[in-house]
Amino acid sequence: MFMIFGYSSALLFGQLLLGLINGAFYALLSLGLAIIFGMLNIVNFAHGALFMLGAFVAWALLEFLGIPYWWSLLIAPIVVGAFGIILEKVFIARLYKLDHLYGLLLTFGLALVIEGLARNQFGSSGMPFAIPPELQGGTDLGFMFMPNYRGWVVLASASVCLVVWLIIDKTSLGANLRAATENPALVQSFGINVPRMITLTYAAGVALAAFAGVLAAPIYSVNPGMGSSFIITVFAVVVIGGMGSIAGSILTGFGLGIVEGLTKVFYPQGSATVIFVVMVIVLLTRPAGLFGRGGH
Amino acid sequence: MHISRRALLGTVAAAGMSSRAGAQTPTIKFGVLTDMSGPYQNVAGPGATIAAQMAMAEFKAAGFNVEVVSADHQNKPDVGVAIVRQWFDRDGVDVILEVANSAVTLAVQGVAKEKNKVFLASGAASSDVTGAACNANTIHWVYDTFMLAKSTGGAMVKAGGDSWFFLTADYAFGHALERDVGNFVKDAGGKVMGAVRTPFPGTTDFSAFLLQAQASGAKVLGLANAGTDTINSIKQAREFGIKMRLAGLLVFLSDVHSLGLEICQGLALTESFYWDLNPATRAFSDRFIAKAPGKRPTMVQAGTYSSALHYLKVASAMGPAQAKLDGAATVARLKATPTDDECFGKGSIRIDGRKIHPSYLFEVKKPSETKGAWDYYKLIGTTPAEDAFRPLNAGNCPLVKV
Repeated sequence: MFMIFGYSSALLFGQLLLGLINGAFYALLSLGLAIIFGMLNIVNFAHGALFMLGAFVAWALLEFLGIPYWWSLLIAPIVVGAFGIILEKVFIARLYKLDHLYGLLLTFGLALVIEGLARNQFGSSGMPFAIPPELQGGTDLGFMFMPNYRGWVVLASASVCLVVWLIIDKTSLGANLRAATENPALVQSFGINVPRMITLTYAAGVALAAFAGVLAAPIYSVNPGMGSSFIITVFAVVVIGGMGSIAGSILTGFGLGIVEGLTKVFYPQGSATVIFVVMVIVLLTRPAGLFGRGGH
Repeated sequence: MHISRRALLGTVAAAGMSSRAGAQTPTIKFGVLTDMSGPYQNVAGPGATIAAQMAMAEFKAAGFNVEVVSADHQNKPDVGVAIVRQWFDRDGVDVILEVANSAVTLAVQGVAKEKNKVFLASGAASSDVTGAACNANTIHWVYDTFMLAKSTGGAMVKAGGDSWFFLTADYAFGHALERDVGNFVKDAGGKVMGAVRTPFPGTTDFSAFLLQAQASGAKVLGLANAGTDTINSIKQAREFGIKMRLAGLLVFLSDVHSLGLEICQGLALTESFYWDLNPATRAFSDRFIAKAPGKRPTMVQAGTYSSALHYLKVASAMGPAQAKLDGAATVARLKATPTDDECFGKGSIRIDGRKIHPSYLFEVKKPSETKGAWDYYKLIGTTPAEDAFRPLNAGNCPLVKV
């Protein structure tokens, strides 16, 4: 093995790969946020709490009904998505005509309520959730030991991101969605039910958060606070990628995961801060974000 | 029937006296101040209140009343202090029990001294409680950071773990833990190969740090962190097949329960009480689980019971009215009286307020070794009571005359 900047290449390759894995979570979560912001103009601060709910639904399905992880990947997003529909209909739909700030405050409040209720019910030390038996163990890649489950996370996350991007960018459904954000009145006059489309968009964004939650359950502690530790970083990712930019949030998510991974080798103490340093630099040079349209 | 006037008056007077005596039956009131909704909810929380009630139940027929009230300090020192002031000033509470969270404990200590009441702390970790911050109204019951560091650091080296690498949460608590444990490791003849500082808060993925630890070649990975950080690092160490022996520096039974043995197996940790340690601890735990279905007591909950019980024994001996009178004098009596209970066995309390008993180094069992729910630990080392805690003259406690 050769050396790079005094570090063994094995260590660096390992960290690059790990960064990519963490980036997979950032990408999934920021994708949901970007969709919701792009279509609803709502900064969804409840995203972390819904991510947590996804993990808890998976845990509850396994604990009480014996439903395994693989079904949870499908069921948890549906359950949480349905919950999202209720949230949108009852609360968020009332705020579309108001300033962004109101949506931010409302969703932040919802996040606190959801997390508080979960903490009251389940305590705070977390629930056990094992890696599904099919994906236990790992592969020795020569430069590092790669757990099979982490490989699956990257694969699942990348494919979901790709599919979502294709739907929004390449299908007529996506075209309707994009049109509805530009000019809802005009799209409505073509006979498309815009309010329903917006509700379903919110549900889809939320379902992505729940999907990420299920993916995260076997790796991270399943506890009521698990979402709040992610959400700030993910917001930074969305801002760097450009608010509302779908492809931007995906690419930035993976990219920043790698940047963070490398920081963990060269200056571990800074690894929680590096994303925000990048955010400051990007905002100073490209205020609309790396992939955002200027003046949006 | 003829009733003489004199006899009637006598009866009335006697009835009056006896009812007055009834009104004067003293009541000892415990206030369990704990974390009902935050990170220490499972370590202490409602179970601590149950433990205090168990001590109360043993003094039902002692000729005085015992009451237990409880409240949630929400891990905020100002909230804790406000509750304690109200308890002392308005509700007639005599003794504060438990108080998981060192910051709240240090704040409550001041109020207990100001109002001359009694504070028996079980949940706090900081060794400052009996160090620079010690006072004549406070006793620190179960464990402290010094005890954890000495047992896990020292006893672990004796058990073969002689080279260490630390995963350290990058703030004062983590640094202090790393330094203290590192010193004990070196004192016991082991060596520290390095440490990686993980940002706090804000780290959820420890795999990158774990690989660096693995690359150091050390035998033991010391987890100088707490709570969710510890849980995440243990979970991910298992996932990445880290071959090092893990040493949790602040891990409780309830954490092991929530993680499961599959993940925790082989983890070394220190506690001063384990429910399945001996027949006496088992007897106590069986009574506890009858009150708290499905839950075995943690050392903090056991300490709440043990401290309340010791207080009631002493109060009963000195007379409850006398015990309520002067908190500092009662604490002096508590210190002068040897302790003995099912949870911690025979012990004593030092002049600085430090309760003394052995500390135990445990290893978490493999799933194949367990006999069922809550059968999690096997004992791998014991530090005798006289060596388990910081030497009396090394803590800078003003109560200790040097």
